[in-house]
Amino acid sequence: MATAEQATVPITIEAKPGIFRRLWAGLSILFASKIAVVGLVLVLFWVFVAIFAPLLTPYTPLEQDWKAPNQGPSRAHILGTDELGRDLWARMIYGARVVLVILPISENFWLPGGTAIWGVIVALIIGAALGLMGGYYGGWIDEIIMRLLDAMMAIPIILLYMIIMAALGASAFNVVLAMTIVGTPGIARLVRSLTMDIRTREYIRAAETRGESPWFIMFVEILPNARGPIIIDAMLRVGYAIFAMGTLGFLGLGIPPPSPDWGSMVAKGREFILSGSPWACLWPCVAIATLVVGLNLLADGLREESMRYQ
Amino acid sequence: MQDSSASTSNTVLEVENLQISYETRKGDVEAIQGVSFKVGEAETVGLVGESGCGKSTIAFGIVNFLGSNGKIVGGSIRFQGKELVGRSQEELKELRGDRISMVFQDPMQALNPSVQLGEQLAEVLTCHKDISQKEAWERCIQMLKRVNMPDVENVMIRYPHQISGGQQQRIVIAMAMLNNPALIIMDEPTTALDVTVEAAVLDLLEELKHDFNAANIFITHNLGVVARVSDYLCVMYAGQMVESGPIKDIFRNPRHPYTRGLLACVPRLGESKESSVLHPIRGRVPPPAERSKTECIFAPRCEFVTEDCRKARPGFTEIIPGHTARCIYALDIEDHSPAVKKRRKAKEGPAPVQTEALSEELISFDKLKVYYPTESNSLVSLLGLGEKKYVKAVDDVSLRVAKGRTLGVVGESGCGKSTLVKGLIGLEAVTGGDLEFMGFDATQRVTSRDTKMIKEMQMVFQNPDSTLNPSYTVGSQIARPIKRFKTAPRGEVKNEVIKLLKAVRLPPTYYDRLPRQLSGGEKQRVGIARALASRPDLIVCDEPVSALDVSVQAAVINLLLEIQQVFGSSMIFIAHDLSVVRYFSDDIAVMYLGHVVEIGPADAIYMPPYHPYTEALLSAVPVPDPEVAQKELRLSGNVPSALDPPSGCVFHTRCPRRNMLSEDGNICETERPPWRDSARGHRILCHIPLKELEKVEAVVSSASAAA
Repeated sequence: MATAEQATVPITIEAKPGIFRRLWAGLSILFASKIAVVGLVLVLFWVFVAIFAPLLTPYTPLEQDWKAPNQGPSRAHILGTDELGRDLWARMIYGARVVLVILPISENFWLPGGTAIWGVIVALIIGAALGLMGGYYGGWIDEIIMRLLDAMMAIPIILLYMIIMAALGASAFNVVLAMTIVGTPGIARLVRSLTMDIRTREYIRAAETRGESPWFIMFVEILPNARGPIIIDAMLRVGYAIFAMGTLGFLGLGIPPPSPDWGSMVAKGREFILSGSPWACLWPCVAIATLVVGLNLLADGLREESMRYQ
Repeated sequence: MQDSSASTSNTVLEVENLQISYETRKGDVEAIQGVSFKVGEAETVGLVGESGCGKSTIAFGIVNFLGSNGKIVGGSIRFQGKELVGRSQEELKELRGDRISMVFQDPMQALNPSVQLGEQLAEVLTCHKDISQKEAWERCIQMLKRVNMPDVENVMIRYPHQISGGQQQRIVIAMAMLNNPALIIMDEPTTALDVTVEAAVLDLLEELKHDFNAANIFITHNLGVVARVSDYLCVMYAGQMVESGPIKDIFRNPRHPYTRGLLACVPRLGESKESSVLHPIRGRVPPPAERSKTECIFAPRCEFVTEDCRKARPGFTEIIPGHTARCIYALDIEDHSPAVKKRRKAKEGPAPVQTEALSEELISFDKLKVYYPTESNSLVSLLGLGEKKYVKAVDDVSLRVAKGRTLGVVGESGCGKSTLVKGLIGLEAVTGGDLEFMGFDATQRVTSRDTKMIKEMQMVFQNPDSTLNPSYTVGSQIARPIKRFKTAPRGEVKNEVIKLLKAVRLPPTYYDRLPRQLSGGEKQRVGIARALASRPDLIVCDEPVSALDVSVQAAVINLLLEIQQVFGSSMIFIAHDLSVVRYFSDDIAVMYLGHVVEIGPADAIYMPPYHPYTEALLSAVPVPDPEVAQKELRLSGNVPSALDPPSGCVFHTRCPRRNMLSEDGNICETERPPWRDSARGHRILCHIPLKELEKVEAVVSSASAAA
């Protein structure tokens, strides 16, 4: 009689929930939203050109052609050249490389994963840890963490960036550091609120009844259940980070020249708009805009669809 | 009654062959099919069935609240002789709240939290009638008096959060009654309330029915409740009406296998695990998209299904005029389904085995106290000055649990049942008193306990939807305690998990499933398996079945009983359902406001002498049998705040038996009552001498018979 309950439950034939199956489940949510697909196409375009940059142009971003400065699009230079005669297409896609694919630490050494991505990931790790601690422990631990982060949030973001970069000096590594410091409070707040909700669930009680350590409960029991909103937030944050990189580059606080950086390209190119060659300024603006808009669309579409499935 | 006299007949609402479907991505899904019933003046029709059977959909269909994707595709709804199907929202708006009103399950959500109660009530009148604000206010006050609301003038200017849940529901009922509606639809109006409050609300509804002459539709999943209030019953299953008839006929002579199943799977008050078995209905209610259109809708779960059942959807068979069932074997069902008759268990119970182990003590609470400091927002308390106040969630509780026995803990919500076990498990800090587990001190919190002690105490939780972590597979969640407590060598973990899955009657294929692929009952089984994984000596069950449908409830209760026999674990079983606790437990402790007021063997608790509180609880339990005579003993007022419990006996503010003492029980207000030991081995905390208490007659006649 007790066996009876599942006797009629339809036994669906299912494979192990392998990586492909899960990936497919995720993708099908994504494809259900047109907005998300548009975003995905834009983002994938930039990821693609960034990864294969050396194959997509005969030039290097630093190669100067003295005979052809400030030119419009032509057969030799599809997007034109800048004031030093450097190929804009090459500079654009190598610029995307710095944003999305590599993090240059020194002349000869770089880490995979772009500057913007690293900035968000490091902020995510620190912010999530702080948010989990604040949300799970509560009490004075929460109070201290949150008041410190509030104090940081009180400083305007641009000002904070400028203070940090001015203090540390311009380098890709320091850009990541600045993004981490700026991004942490927001992520911590998000994770904290999610944690405060999840910690009331009974499976957390069950883990506590088992005498699990607080770290196990925070990172193994709580964090995976907060991942949805965190992933969507992280996507938006990559967009903000790209924006921030552009801003810093524009202000001359970003990745130091001559390496290709969208922000500094805009800053330099701006001087030549009125003299009849807007290209050097236009293209990086378009690049930043499409990538940021793409990420936002992707995040919005995903959020809408995932809400609907709940 | 103003214009209801216009309709010539006595029938207020007539639903005929109603069909409702919902548009979904996969096309139209049939939600309600072939429902017909009539409601007359001063008559209550009960709609019962498990969740997902379409009870609420019918209610919403009548007033056309089906949402953008729901529509009535067939049949007719005639209200006072006029057809409602096909009317526009505008026309229906005139009726809703005026001639037809609804009462919902959760009063907190039915009332606007930011508007004064009086204003909300008066709006009902001013919206539909040409009436002055002042007159409306007067009428509201009269109506609140009518629903036995204390301190009416004051309540009118309060906000919903300032009154208790039971009072909120009275307000909602008053609101529904204000316009003298011809039809009142009540959707689970007492489900969210405590049993004592529920009883009072049901009494009120019964009174109002006769005074106001309205037709009532009463939707509930609880057979006991429906037995108390209804005249006529419709049993719903998977969107179809499977049986309908006068309430007494259906309870005395159920003709549809589903009705019979529902009746056989709930324990009656006073039944114990030794005296009877529960028969769960296998499987679960199919979701609308999976319902077969070519066979009897109940066939997959029916125990007596034959080939003929699968040929076509059966029509109604009339048993006696007015009592019909949708089963081809309705007339000779007794030959096919003997379940109801043979409920009494013939085999010898496991009781003797358990009594042998009685001598060994597993847990002892001694004057245990669990207090919570309350956080006041005033500056003084923020600075740590001023007097600290405490919520005395558990106060002076002394209990003993012997090995292999089951202790049931009952009481209304907020009486400290859960806090008591949280103190035991170590999730709450113990404020004072002694707590020993297997002879070791257990007053410290779980984080500072020895792993060996943690291993011996595990918990089963209430809510199946939050008992499992949605991110991990069933297998890994059961494996975790095995790995943590090393109950099996590393290589054996998976085998052990599969063994446990088998023990809770789940196939090994569930190992890789995620919780969201499981039904409520299955999740609860996994929760039980997880608690069993560390081979604990004590399993604490905190309302393990109260969130489940009745048919699944029975299966889980049977499983827990079986596990107790196989694994020999002791249990603490918390529930607010007195019938279930009685069925499950060997000993019972009744708690009120942090105190244990009565404790002893289960059968002794359910027989006089009672503690007055136990007596009131028992007389409030809805009994799924309309013919049982139950004593009416209702508690007045609310449970007092645990922040400032009453002096003397904590129960004296609500005690219905104070008049048994001289001077109307003055002693109750000043002195703590003594423990009185009865001959039947149980103890009562009361000033009234046992001899007096024994004179009280039994609450339910059948309860004494079963014990």
